[in-house]
Amino acid sequence: MALSSQFINLLASILLLLAFAMLSQRRIRSLIRLFMVQGMTLAVSTVVIASTTNQSHLYYSALLTFSLKVVILPWILFRMIRQLNVEWDVETLINIPSTMLVGIAIVIVSFNLALPISHLAGTITRSTIGIAMACVLLSLLMMITRSKAISQVIGFLSMENGLFFAATSTTYGMPMVVELGVALDVLVGVLILGVFFFQIREKFESLDLKHLEKAEEE
Amino acid sequence: MSAFGFFAQFLQLFLTVLLAPLLLGWVNQCRAWLQNRQGPGIEQPYRKLRKLFRKDAVIAENASPLFRIVPYILFGAMCLAAAIVPSLATDLGFSEAADAIALVGVFALARIFISLAAMDIGTAFGSMGARREMLVGFLAEPALLMVLFTASLISQSTSLTVIVETLAHRHFGIYPSMAFTGIAFLMVLLAENARIPVDNPASHLELTMIHEAMTLEYSARHLALVEWASSIKLFAYVTMGIALFAPWGIAQAADWLGMAFALPILIGKLLVAGCGLAVIETVMAKQRIFRAPEFMGTAFLFGVLGMLVHFLLGA
Amino acid sequence: MMEILAVLGLPLAGGALLALWGHEKWAPELNSMASFCTFIASILLAWKVLVSGSMVVLNEQFFIDSFNVFLVVLTAFVAFTTTLFSRPYMRNEAVLSSLSNYQLRLYHSMYQIFCFTMLLALTTNNLGILWVAMEGATLATVLLVSLYRTRESLEAAWKYFILCGVGIAQALFGTILIYFASEKVLGAGGTALLWTHLDAAKGSLEPTVLSIAFVFLIVGYGTKVGLVPLHSWLPDAHAEGPTPVSAVLSGLLLNVALYAVVRCKILVEGALHNRFADDLMIGFGLLTVLTAAFLLWRQKDIKRLFGYSSIEHMGLMTFAFGIGANFAGLLHMTVHSLTKSAIFFSVGHAVQRSGTQTMEAIRGLIKFPAIGWGLMLGALAILGMPPFGVFTSEFLILTHAMQSHPWSTPVLLIALGVAFASIFGKVQSMVWGEPAGKELLHAQASLPILLHLAMVLLLGLYIPPYLARWYSEAARLIG
Repeated sequence: MALSSQFINLLASILLLLAFAMLSQRRIRSLIRLFMVQGMTLAVSTVVIASTTNQSHLYYSALLTFSLKVVILPWILFRMIRQLNVEWDVETLINIPSTMLVGIAIVIVSFNLALPISHLAGTITRSTIGIAMACVLLSLLMMITRSKAISQVIGFLSMENGLFFAATSTTYGMPMVVELGVALDVLVGVLILGVFFFQIREKFESLDLKHLEKAEEE
Repeated sequence: MSAFGFFAQFLQLFLTVLLAPLLLGWVNQCRAWLQNRQGPGIEQPYRKLRKLFRKDAVIAENASPLFRIVPYILFGAMCLAAAIVPSLATDLGFSEAADAIALVGVFALARIFISLAAMDIGTAFGSMGARREMLVGFLAEPALLMVLFTASLISQSTSLTVIVETLAHRHFGIYPSMAFTGIAFLMVLLAENARIPVDNPASHLELTMIHEAMTLEYSARHLALVEWASSIKLFAYVTMGIALFAPWGIAQAADWLGMAFALPILIGKLLVAGCGLAVIETVMAKQRIFRAPEFMGTAFLFGVLGMLVHFLLGA
Repeated sequence: MMEILAVLGLPLAGGALLALWGHEKWAPELNSMASFCTFIASILLAWKVLVSGSMVVLNEQFFIDSFNVFLVVLTAFVAFTTTLFSRPYMRNEAVLSSLSNYQLRLYHSMYQIFCFTMLLALTTNNLGILWVAMEGATLATVLLVSLYRTRESLEAAWKYFILCGVGIAQALFGTILIYFASEKVLGAGGTALLWTHLDAAKGSLEPTVLSIAFVFLIVGYGTKVGLVPLHSWLPDAHAEGPTPVSAVLSGLLLNVALYAVVRCKILVEGALHNRFADDLMIGFGLLTVLTAAFLLWRQKDIKRLFGYSSIEHMGLMTFAFGIGANFAGLLHMTVHSLTKSAIFFSVGHAVQRSGTQTMEAIRGLIKFPAIGWGLMLGALAILGMPPFGVFTSEFLILTHAMQSHPWSTPVLLIALGVAFASIFGKVQSMVWGEPAGKELLHAQASLPILLHLAMVLLLGLYIPPYLARWYSEAARLIG
């Protein structure tokens, strides 16, 4: 196996590890840092893929990833938690060890699901698609188990990271126009949610979504 | 059993039993240096053993025969474990019996006996220590098995000899699965040998201790054997780590010359490993006992991830 | 080509203008004007397609065939009539809920942007852009749903965002998988996600990948369609947003999401040569119809009631496309969106008059003929009473189901019966009785209600031949 593909495998494994780390992290500040590291890993892996396969458009998408997910979004999120003064995700809805076990089950499922796909892929990074799928589902799990609005958003963003990784690892990236559109949506989404946090806080005096009792769930 | 195998086995067992306290002494010495202390010197464990062997044993009145036998069982089990982990050569006399699952079984056997002995007297500390030991062990064992299974998957065999031979001949590269299992193994090693994030070997603070609580009732030669056994256990774990994650330089079948090189290489690796262990123990703080399940859970997670990543990436 | 640019450009321009002047007195008229122009442009576009067949324009980025052009016209039409309803409604609302200038600007601008994203989703040829547009539509409606900034509306918007965000992320994964499969056949780069190219090459796409992709796609876009078990955002979003938004959500957005599912189904079907996609749609559809029908029974809030009714009908359409009753499915799409928006128009005014959304407190609507009769007839229509168009489409779906999947007919009949009992009983008690409530500051908009109901009635009695041809053509495309 070539060194570059070994390196990509390593980065993929790190992404998987980060997904688990985010699942188990209770502090929001550390959660955002983990998200930054995830974005960084993603950008590095994109650059590695770009340089080994000579896909020049991947350099742009690496740049896009870097600026959006390592610089802009974490900056917005850090600002938000400073202004909202939220540090801790008080308690997760399911305790962490059980979440981890569910996470392992998810990884097994997604690896099995990805097996037929990775057999077909011709890219040097084909074996990582299972990891990408696992990252997506683990972020989904994180969104389900968290009660704080901001952690749910970070879960959402890390799910997008997983999707991005899936796109680069299976197909060397989507067409540029689609990638730009996705990035725009994510950015706008986070901005809207930022406004949202303040409104939620104003009305509920907390960012804990448990206070969002279901309005007559009948 | 070939002559080489017999010789290698004998040499390895002999060295292990003799060198084990030295490794412990080296770790403690390194730790002392890191903490800006002078340290008692690396031969301190030997002095302690000699002192204990000279003393007269005192045994509680209500102790059953089991209590007396356990130190010998413990010592024997650890010697067996150390004998089947290939550290000097892969072609050992016991290599037929050197199975990864058997190794975990031997450790479990020792754990059961020491816990039984701890509860035998019926003191509160003994029972508490036994309970905690079982808790940690029950969590550490699956993690250790995951580590060994990943290695077995790579080599398609649970025989330690085959595993180490395969790993030693593996093409040099980045193996994320081995990195994950390596971390898992390190965490298991710390927990199983009562090292710092889980237990503090230097403390007799009753609220936190695990291993020490179980051996409180032992004295003299019994205590010496127990202590010696635990240093052999540490040695066995460290050599197992070396065999799995840095097997280069181990002697292959009937290679007398390789054997001659293997010993200094092994000692070099042990020195580095002991140093690393001391660094870890210095930079980390003892966790609350209630965090131990989380710690072991993380180790298990790493082990499982290593295995899954191996399945998926084939690396 | 000009027509497409107009269809997409007008709402975008309208959105930009209304972002600046959305709070002015004449803003609702500007809103209607923009939608009216869009509607005219869509008619021209449809005319062109009707005359010269499907077309691919602008560097192959846009693609119009008889399937999506009819949805474009429908979307533009309902969007236009909703702006007519929105004129008096939002003027009343500005006073009743004391909306600030900022909120009014947000509302008007986002309304147009929302229309733009839907039209973009319908006309684009690129599956990736389809995804982007759907996500854009989510973001726009999140802002619309949370317009009032009450606890309930924030909660509804949050739920909506999170559920649809998660769902749509699954759809992106599905899209990636399709790209992955097509890249091998069509080569990397821009063309591999273009629907026209995919359609041409669908026979040689890798079946395993496409079947996995379809699972993700139906879960993803299905969240937006409101398929059970991912439906729980829908009633909240319908209940808490302004009523015009409920009308376009039910009448249009759900259709567009279903359109995305059907487009993907065509590809998957072509690659798989088996009934996997169909069976999936049948399963989701039946589950949705049944669950929604039984949930209808327990509703107390009038807008939630009709939200659940939308879920039920979307399930029915999904089922229809699953069993291959495409003609009936398309007809049902049309009549449902016309009827449901008419219902929401009357509901909006009824709620403003009574000052509450709780059905028990709404009485005597018949005193205001347009509202009372509108609601009554609308409810009868949506429940599938002849001679309304919904009856025709449901009848067609049922007969088709009897032929191809006989076991499903009793399930459907039970669901429709339960839905009938729950909705009819509730609507009846609201329409009759002593009237309560206050006068409206601005007279209600009766025209859109009557117009929609008249059209539904017409479609029940007689489907004009060109429309029938159009439907058959589109049904044939879906396969």
